This record gives sequence, structure tokens and C-alpha cells, in this order.
Amino acid sequence: MTSIHIIVFLPLLAALVAGLGQRFIGAVAAKTITTAGLFTASLLSWPIFIGFLNGSETAYVAPVMNWVQSGDLSFDWELRVDALTAVMLVVITTVSALVHLYSWGYMEEDPDQPRFFAYLSLFTFAMLMLVTANNLVQMFFGWEGVGLASYLLIGFWYKKPSANAAAIKAFVVNRVGDLGFMLGIFGVFWLFGTVSIPDILAAAPDKVGSSIGFLGFRVDTMSLLCILLFIGAMGKSAQLGLHTWLPDAMEGPTPVSALIHAATMVTAGVFMVCRLSPLFETSQFALDVVTIVGATTAIFAATVGLVQTDIKRVIAYSTCSQLGYMFFAAGTGAYGAAMFHLFTHAFFKALLFLGAGSVIHAMHHEQDMRYYGGLRKHIPLTFWAMMAGTLAITGVGIVGVGGFAGFYSKDAIIEAAFASHSTFHMYAFGIGVLAALLTSFYSWRLMFLTFFGTPRWAQSEHIQHAMHDHGDHDDHAHGHAHDTHIDGTAGYHPHESPLPMLIPLGVLTLGAVLAGFVFHGGFIDAETGKAFWANSTLFFNEHLMHAMHEVPLSVKLSSTVAMLTGLLVAYVMYQQSKDAPQRLATAFAPLYRFFLNKWYFDELYDAVFVRPAFWFGRLFWKQGDIGIIDRFGPNGSAAVVSFGSKLAVKMQSGYLYTYALVMLLGLVTAVSWMMVRT
Amino acid sequence: MIGIEHYLVVSSILFVMGVLGIFLNRKNVIIILMAIELILLAVNINLVAFSVFLGDLTGQIFAMFVLTVAAGEAAIGLAILVIYFRGRGTIAVDDVNRMKG
Amino acid sequence: MTVAAFTFYAFALTTLTGGLFTVISRNPVHSVLWLILAFLSSAGLFVILGAEFIAMLLVIVYVGAVAVLFLFVVMMLDIDFAELRAGFVKNVPLGLLLAVVLAAELVLGIGAYQAGAVTLGTPEAGAATVSAAVPNIEAIGGLLYSKYVFMFETAGLILLVAMVGAIVLTHRKSHGTRGQSISSQVQRRPEDATRNVNQPVGQGIEL
Repeated sequence: MTSIHIIVFLPLLAALVAGLGQRFIGAVAAKTITTAGLFTASLLSWPIFIGFLNGSETAYVAPVMNWVQSGDLSFDWELRVDALTAVMLVVITTVSALVHLYSWGYMEEDPDQPRFFAYLSLFTFAMLMLVTANNLVQMFFGWEGVGLASYLLIGFWYKKPSANAAAIKAFVVNRVGDLGFMLGIFGVFWLFGTVSIPDILAAAPDKVGSSIGFLGFRVDTMSLLCILLFIGAMGKSAQLGLHTWLPDAMEGPTPVSALIHAATMVTAGVFMVCRLSPLFETSQFALDVVTIVGATTAIFAATVGLVQTDIKRVIAYSTCSQLGYMFFAAGTGAYGAAMFHLFTHAFFKALLFLGAGSVIHAMHHEQDMRYYGGLRKHIPLTFWAMMAGTLAITGVGIVGVGGFAGFYSKDAIIEAAFASHSTFHMYAFGIGVLAALLTSFYSWRLMFLTFFGTPRWAQSEHIQHAMHDHGDHDDHAHGHAHDTHIDGTAGYHPHESPLPMLIPLGVLTLGAVLAGFVFHGGFIDAETGKAFWANSTLFFNEHLMHAMHEVPLSVKLSSTVAMLTGLLVAYVMYQQSKDAPQRLATAFAPLYRFFLNKWYFDELYDAVFVRPAFWFGRLFWKQGDIGIIDRFGPNGSAAVVSFGSKLAVKMQSGYLYTYALVMLLGLVTAVSWMMVRT
Repeated sequence: MIGIEHYLVVSSILFVMGVLGIFLNRKNVIIILMAIELILLAVNINLVAFSVFLGDLTGQIFAMFVLTVAAGEAAIGLAILVIYFRGRGTIAVDDVNRMKG
Repeated sequence: MTVAAFTFYAFALTTLTGGLFTVISRNPVHSVLWLILAFLSSAGLFVILGAEFIAMLLVIVYVGAVAVLFLFVVMMLDIDFAELRAGFVKNVPLGLLLAVVLAAELVLGIGAYQAGAVTLGTPEAGAATVSAAVPNIEAIGGLLYSKYVFMFETAGLILLVAMVGAIVLTHRKSHGTRGQSISSQVQRRPEDATRNVNQPVGQGIEL
């Protein structure tokens, strides 16, 4: 039993105890057990990570149990610990522990807290299984496990129909991706005869240039396998095409969004590509596909995020866009940069989500930013936390000196895209810069709308509810002395969040500010990065890393320029002018609507997939099940039986003579037959 | 010489008469029961004739059992008839279809 | 014609006559009497055959019990004769047809036997034989109580069931009579029937 076993299985144990024993131990004990378990796991993970960083640890595999020995197929439960795993361990356990702590405050009025904490710990366990997997099947186990936990957590408030629909949507869209993943695994086994990751990666270069039959066509083997595996990653990481579930996933509680849809589950796709990077390196075509999909996702999500009014949805599209960054970083060959951005993004995106949760908590569950405004005076700590997150995501920093976390990681990606020799690297570079501009714009728009300006809370229904609950009590005592219409506050006083919610914000703020500065060497520096990543399966292209640092100054400054431009435009539109947004929206109304409706993807999928599926279902139900199976099966047999018995009943006339006649007839027939026979 | 065929002819004609009797007497249940006795008698003659001409006593034993059953059946049949008559006041059964399916 | 043949034809004729008039007689009492004639004649046939036990059985059981029972019932029920003959003619064609068919088949069978096309079967080995030495009753008794004893018992059971059935079916509960319920008499307990009372002297008791 080594520490990795404890790290992985303690959350599972906590989840089982809290989930199954909630009636026996009570809510507080359940929450304590799960939170303590996660903190323990987190405290055990950091030494492993630091050990890999300073070279004192090497990669190893810790066995757990035998699993399958069936002919050629043989794989076991094992926990692989290498540098890549260590990065993910730290990310997962730290963010999960902080989210557990945060949920003490955020979910304190919820009656189902033990279930929530149990699901959070269960999710963490599944994610840990995914990142410690040494074979593709165990990774798939973790893959499915996180999908399950995501479904359970998105639909946590199961009494809300929209939450149920969102959970189903997430699961189904994920499933489409999983189909690709499964086909990839089958193809890998068929080709390599094993599903063990080290063996596959070692044997991959031999298969370059071979071809395989697929759906009647002859295609390049490695490209096909990598693309199939990538389809799985697309589903899990909400890339363009399989992204429709991510905004709807905001139906879940905000801690869920912070944990799953910012830091961990959606990064599983990036992790998988990086884990299998030697495999991807054998197929330039697959890498090009990854690059294009990633870049297009980045720009798509950024454009949609420009016009959203729900605070959580803005951050959700921001996540989608940043995942696109990570993918095109991987596609252009900078896997280290992709993982670095994953690492920093976990911190600042979780910070942004938890901060948004704090704002929502303060504004009595109002999520529409049109009803925010001027909050920085009322919830200053949340304001500074969100400020740190925004500075991190927009990549504020000075070239050559330093900056916030996103400055290091996002700039690394953009520079690597420029320096790469991949086919579409300039497309990726251009998109990266443009998306950085848009990211800056919508992030600062969020800040200005929420924290600056005059309060616009009066129209909000949630605030009005709060005031009714409150005001009724006050009116009796004080009479009608409220001036509620002048300052737009409706007399509501938002208050800062409780301590369990503020501590995670503080810790994550530290991460968002310092993570880039402290850790960039290990991830993307040419020499130290090579030493770090040598202990993992990640393909570290040191030439690219060198070239990355030697790009022209204009390239290095491009993202900073983009960020400043975005900030300026946002400032002008939202702080200076009063109605610039509306004028712009009406001037470009079709484009505005196009962005607002998420490029009409949901409508397209509804028309192409959902409606035909329902039509088929109805067809099979009405014509198939009822018309054929029921008609000839149960209903048919019953009808035949009742028809036959109606005929038979005629023989039971009740008249004695009919019976006597029938008997006599039978006798005569029998005798005649006997005579004829002999 | 009286051979077995003579007895068999007698038995057959008696049997046919019994069957006819059932048919021709729709309104009188007692006659039906008596016709049934005639049928059983015909069968008895048949059995005993074969028993004697084949030299096997089993036929006579069986005839005895037929006799027993016939007696029992006549008793029960008449009991039913008595109850029926109590309820209906008549023994005409050709219009009764209360046991219709 | 030998005496045996003559007696056979006589008895046969009376049997058939009795049977015929049983079914076509108007008066049910007459029908019963003709039935009795048929029974007695066939008893005679049995005597000719040598199965005198069966013959006596026929007289005692059939004539003595069954036919008398018929007579009882016929006498007891108040039957209107006139309406009974109404539907006679309607059913004659079909019934006659069926009867003719049946008779033809039976005659055919017998004719085939006479022509030698069918032969009588032989009794199986070990079956009891009719021998002239042993009287019929003894032979039947010997067989009945050894080989066929279970059937004998069953026959007794059938008669028991018939007797019980007949009583149960026709039993009428008489109103107004006060009978005894033996079972409740037997199930009586002293504590339900008696009550101990310790009454002071000079005071009465409430019963």
C-alpha cells in the first residue's frame, strides 16, 4: 500500500461511506469524511509532483489487482505514476478538495448534502482512475466513471426538468464521443494485440505508413486510430461538434461546474491526447485534425461567449475556448505547453467559477449579469478573487518579466503555434491571437457588468423575492420609508460569502497569480522541461520548445496587445458609454443573434439527429412494437384464443339432445372408421 | 346351431333400439334413462356371449361391474330427475338450455 | 330345430319385443313393465349360455332394484302424458337414419365373421376358463376375490357414492322440526353451562 493507493482509493471509500451510510452517520459526518479524505489525498499528491519536478522521483507502476486474462487480451488494475500523472493528481485533488470545502458554504441550505459530497468524491475517484491508468481499458473505466458522475451531478437537483434534460444531454453527447473512443481501443487492440499504454507507444512507430480497411475504404492506420481516439476526447472536452452539452451543464450547482467543467473532467481529453502523444506523433494528419478542431473551437466559443448574459455561461464558453487552445497546442506539437495551460487553467477557471458562485450566492441566486452592477463595494473579497482570475485568464503580464498564470501558459501556446512546423500552425496562431482578444473582451465585460457601474438589481426576480421575504418583516417595524427606485438596489444588501467559500477562493487566487511563475520551468522550458517530461509518456519536442522562446518580439507581444485591445474595448463599451452594447447589437443584429444562439448548433442537431431519432423511435413503437410484435404476439394469441372459444362455445348449446346427437355421431364415425380400416 | 353371431345380432339390435329410444323421446326423461338401461343390457349380452364362446371368465366379471355401474347410474339419474321435477314441475327437457356455454 | 335353438329364439324374440315397446310405449308405466320383460328374457338367454350367476344377478339387481326404482319414480311424479308425445315425429328421420347406419355396420361385422374374414381372438394365457366341472358361481367367486379384488372394492365404493349421492341430492330440510345438534351437545363445556354462585342466605338468585 503506497501513497498512490491511498490517493486514489480514499475518495472512493469516502464516497461509499458518505453515500451509503448517510442515514447512519448524518450529514455533517458525511461532509467531514469526504472533505477530509480529499484534503488527505491532496496533501499526499503534492510531494509526488514536487518529487518529479526536482528529479527525485521516477515513473513506476503500482499494481492493484488482476483483471482480465482472456486469450490474447490481458490487462490488470494498475496505477501508473509518472510526471504527467503527477500534474493531474495535483490538479484533481487540490481543486476537488477546495470544491468540497467550498460546498460546505454554498450548499448549506440544501437538504441533500451527503449525496452531493458523495458524488463529488465518487467523481474524484473516477478521474483519478483515469489519470493513473496504465492501459486503455482502465482509462475507459475512468472515462465512463466521470461521465456518470457528471450526469449525477448536473442532474443533482433532479426535481428540475431542465436539470434532468441537461444531464441526459451531457451523457448522450459524451456517449457519441465514447463510441469513437471505443472504436479506437478496439482498433488499437486489433492492431497491436495489447491495450497496455507503454506497449502501444513503443510499438507505434513500426506501424507508420500501414493501411487498414475501414467501412470499405483503405485508410492510413495510425491516422484512423488517432482520429477515433480524438473523437472521444472531443466529446469529453466539449470540442466543436460535441460541445453542445457544456453550456447546459451549468444547470448543476456551481461547485460542480468548477470541479468538473473547468478543471478536471473536460481536461480528460487533453490529458488523453498528451498521454498518447507518441501515438499521435506518428500521424501528421491526425495532428492536423486536432489542430483545426481545437483552433476552431477556440474561436467559436469565444464569439458565443461575447454575447451571453448568464455569468456561468460566459465562463463555460470561456472554458470551451481555452480547451480549444490546449488542443491546438497539442496539435502543433507543444504537448508540454498544453499541459501547462491545463495546469494553470484549472486554477484560474476554478477560481472564476467559484467566484461566480460567490456572486450568485450574494445576489440570492440571480445569474443574469444584466441585473448585476456595482458589486465591488459590497463583496470586495469576491471582487478581488475574480479580478485575480480575470488577470490570469487574459494573460496579463510583461514580456521578459513575468505575469499572472495565464500569461505564461497562453503565451507559450501562441508562441509554440507560431514556431511549429505543423501544417496549419499559422491558422492556429492567428486564431490564438484573435481568441485572446475576444477572451480579454468578454472577461473584462463580465467584470465591468458585475462589479462596476451602478446597481441594476431592482428588475431581478430573485432580488424581488429576497426583498419580499425580507421586506415583509421590515415593513411591520419600520413602515414604508424605503426609497427603492432611485439607486436600483431595491433596498437589497448583498453580503460576502461565508468562510468555507472564501478560503478556497483565497487558495485559488494564490494559484492563479503564482502558478505560472513558479512552475513554468518544469513544463515548457527546454532543458528542465525535458528532464521533467522524460519521466512520462508525453512527447516532448525540445526543438520546438527552443524555437518557441526564440520567436520574434512581435509574436511575443501579440497576445499582450490582444489582451490590452480587448480590455480597452470592453472598458469603452461598458464603462464609458451607456448604450454602446445595444447599438452594436442592433447594428449587427443577424450576427448578434447568430452568436447568441450558439451558431444555431443546437437547432441543427435537433433537426438532424433528435427529430429523426424520435421519428424512428415512434415508428418502431407504433408500427413495430404495437403493430407487429403485439399484434402477432400477446394480443394476437389472445384474439385467436377468444375467436376459437367463440366457435367452441356454439357446441355448448345447453340442450340435452345436441349432446346426445353429438355423442351418437361420434360413435357412428368411430365405428365406420374401424370398419373401413379393417 | 346357435353360434356367437346369433347372440351378437340380438345384442346389436337391442343396442340400436336403445339409441333410437334416446332420440325419439325428447320430452320424457324417464324413457331416456330406460333406453340407457337397454343399451347397457345389450352390452352385457355381448360380454357374456364372448366370455362363454371364448372360454374366458373375464367377460362375466366385467358384465358384473357394468351391472353395478348401471345400477348406480340409474339411482343418481333418477335422483336428479326428481329434483328437476321438483323445480320445474315437468320432465320435458328439450327446451332447457341453462347450461349453455 | 333343437330345444336349445327354440329356447334361444323364444327368449331372443321376447327380449327384442320388450326393448322395442319400452321405447315406443305411450305410458311410462307400461314402458317400465316392458323393460322388466326385456330383463327377464335376457336372464333366460344368460342361463342358456351357462352364465347362471349373471342371470340371477340380472333378475335380482336389474329387475328387483333398478326397474322397481323406475316404477317408484314414475308413479311418484305427476306426469302429464299428453304433451309428452308432441315432438315425436320431428326427429324420426335423423334418428332413423343413424340407427340404420349403425345396424348396417353391426350386421356387416357379423357377416364378415361368418364369411371367415375375421376370427375370434384367443384368450390370453393364464386367464380363467369356463369349465363345465366348476359351477359358474364358484368360478366367478374364485376369480373375483383374487385377481379382481380391487375392482370389486371399487365397485362397492361406487355403490356407496351412488347411495350417498342420491340421498344428498334429494334430501329436503324439513322446517318446523326440532332436531338435535349432536356436535354442539358433545362440545358443551361445563363452564358455559354452569355458573357457581355464592349467595348469602335468604337472598334470591338471578338466573
